[in-house]
Amino acid sequence: MTQLSVSKPVETPGKKPNGVQRFFKQIDLQLMVIPALILIFIFSYIPMYGILMAFQDYKIGRSFSSSPWVGLKHFTYFFHAPEFKTVMRNTIVISFLKFLIGFPAPIVLALMLNEVRKMAFKRVVQTITYLPHFMSWVILGGLVSALLAVDNGSINMLLEKLSFIDKPINFLSLPQYFWGILVTTNVWKEIGFGSIVYLAAIAGVDPNTYEAASIDGASRFKQIYLITLPSIMPVVSIFMILAIGNLLSAGFEDILILAANPAIRDVSDVLDTYVVRVGIDNYRYSYATAVGVFKAVVSVGLLSLANFIARRSGNSLW
Amino acid sequence: MKDTLGDRIMMLFIYSFLILLAVSTLYPFLNALAVSFNQGLDTSKGGVTLWPRVFTLENYKVVFKDDRLMSGFFISVLRTIIGTASAILCTAIFSYGMSKKELMGRKYYMVMCIITMYFGGGLIPTFMLIRNLGLMNSFWVFIIPSLIGVWNMIIFRTFFQGLPNGLEESAKIDGCGNWGTLFRIVLPLSGPVIATLALFTAVYHWNEWFLAGIYISDQNKYPIQTILRQILLSNIVSEQGGGGLDASSLAHMQRAKTITSKSLSMATMIVATLPIICVYPFVQKYFVKGVLVGSLKE
Repeated sequence: MTQLSVSKPVETPGKKPNGVQRFFKQIDLQLMVIPALILIFIFSYIPMYGILMAFQDYKIGRSFSSSPWVGLKHFTYFFHAPEFKTVMRNTIVISFLKFLIGFPAPIVLALMLNEVRKMAFKRVVQTITYLPHFMSWVILGGLVSALLAVDNGSINMLLEKLSFIDKPINFLSLPQYFWGILVTTNVWKEIGFGSIVYLAAIAGVDPNTYEAASIDGASRFKQIYLITLPSIMPVVSIFMILAIGNLLSAGFEDILILAANPAIRDVSDVLDTYVVRVGIDNYRYSYATAVGVFKAVVSVGLLSLANFIARRSGNSLW
Repeated sequence: MKDTLGDRIMMLFIYSFLILLAVSTLYPFLNALAVSFNQGLDTSKGGVTLWPRVFTLENYKVVFKDDRLMSGFFISVLRTIIGTASAILCTAIFSYGMSKKELMGRKYYMVMCIITMYFGGGLIPTFMLIRNLGLMNSFWVFIIPSLIGVWNMIIFRTFFQGLPNGLEESAKIDGCGNWGTLFRIVLPLSGPVIATLALFTAVYHWNEWFLAGIYISDQNKYPIQTILRQILLSNIVSEQGGGGLDASSLAHMQRAKTITSKSLSMATMIVATLPIICVYPFVQKYFVKGVLVGSLKE
């Protein structure tokens, strides 16, 4: 038995070869990782260095090192820009709405799916609700604007038939509907896929606990509330920390797609879309980078804060 | 245990909610499908919901005859296949190296990777880098920057480290080097994890439209999603439609007065969704597993 098992490799002691020799001895291994590390360096680290641009006056055609340093000029400019208030308000409102509704929604769905005893029904619902996660925002945006269209969009047709409204509403060009549409679409896209993790966590709960509870006369609702929910709390809190770190990412593709109409820019412009507009469309590279840096700094702050709170409750990320 | 009245009310609520959710998820897709098979002029009279009223294939005929749409479709397919295959291969090699304890500098390499998960240069500096590298307007801008995924590396690495040690030992005794072991022993055993990661990479490549729009200036090199975005945008903004189509399709549209921009964009959308719908049933078990592997690491 012991003869058959393969022994673990033992680091041979004796005289230690120096670093360079050891390196070349495992050159085949190093060649597996070095090209990839070079790619990571190029595509992740060089852009980080490019952040310095936020403190310069970079103009197209001028080289990076010859651009004049301007300190915090672009930051102060952003804080005093007329758009600052709207952009910040939209970013905060949209991201908090998404968090408030989008975060608990998959948990609720998972709890509901877990109560379903007909396995075929459960599988069908899961299959259908996972689907939108795999669609691009271009497609989903097309579907949503077709649904909400003034001329024969299904929603307008339905509302008219139920005589809630007299004439069709152009939902996507009226500012008061935008936040609702955006959040609903987001929840609709991710609710099913987001529930996978929680369903797995629920599956790990010991069935005996439920049995004991039901013998003690706990109703199903009580079992959810007193057993299932507390059991998945660790998973919930980890995902909550990650979600808080992303709070300032109010969304990007979804807003670019759904807010195609400039008429609603007042409620749709967020930090990320603002960066695209001033940077890519208006070529104000330094300024756009500064706005991006501002966002990153606040995000890291939020993440640390969330982690600090979570650590006190015993579920920290790091 | 018999359910109480309250339990039964709760179950009724749960079932009706789930049915409502499923219907509202499915309906937009079915509606788009119905509109795409319905005569455009008839659609604009309203009332088309789940079934085409005046069945026609002419919307699809225009889509499949449109050179730009077809080349966009082809570019998307190419991008998805090449992008996925190369990214999975490169990341697998990288991860195998990183899974070896004897790799010198492993800790530093790992730190270098993890930092990129929390910090990045952001949109504009990355855009400038791509421009300086001369990747603008080139097909390779879809492939090269996404060759190595740090997240995928961590998942691969965890999987490799979980393989029984004896397998690789015996390969070494038989004279396999690290590369030989990877390709002959380890990768053939990594089917499930490769499938999972390939699925997510492929979906990313198929769906990505924004970066293509800013990195590619020649509209003939756009992938299908970016073209579709243009078509939908021109529908919204001008309501005249056809903005993203090539001249011959526009002429065709004007000749056949029954085709509208709405019916055309729905047909295009269905074509752009089809590949995902087709593979979706077969890969479902993999992505459920993949999500769990990913969250385990978190």
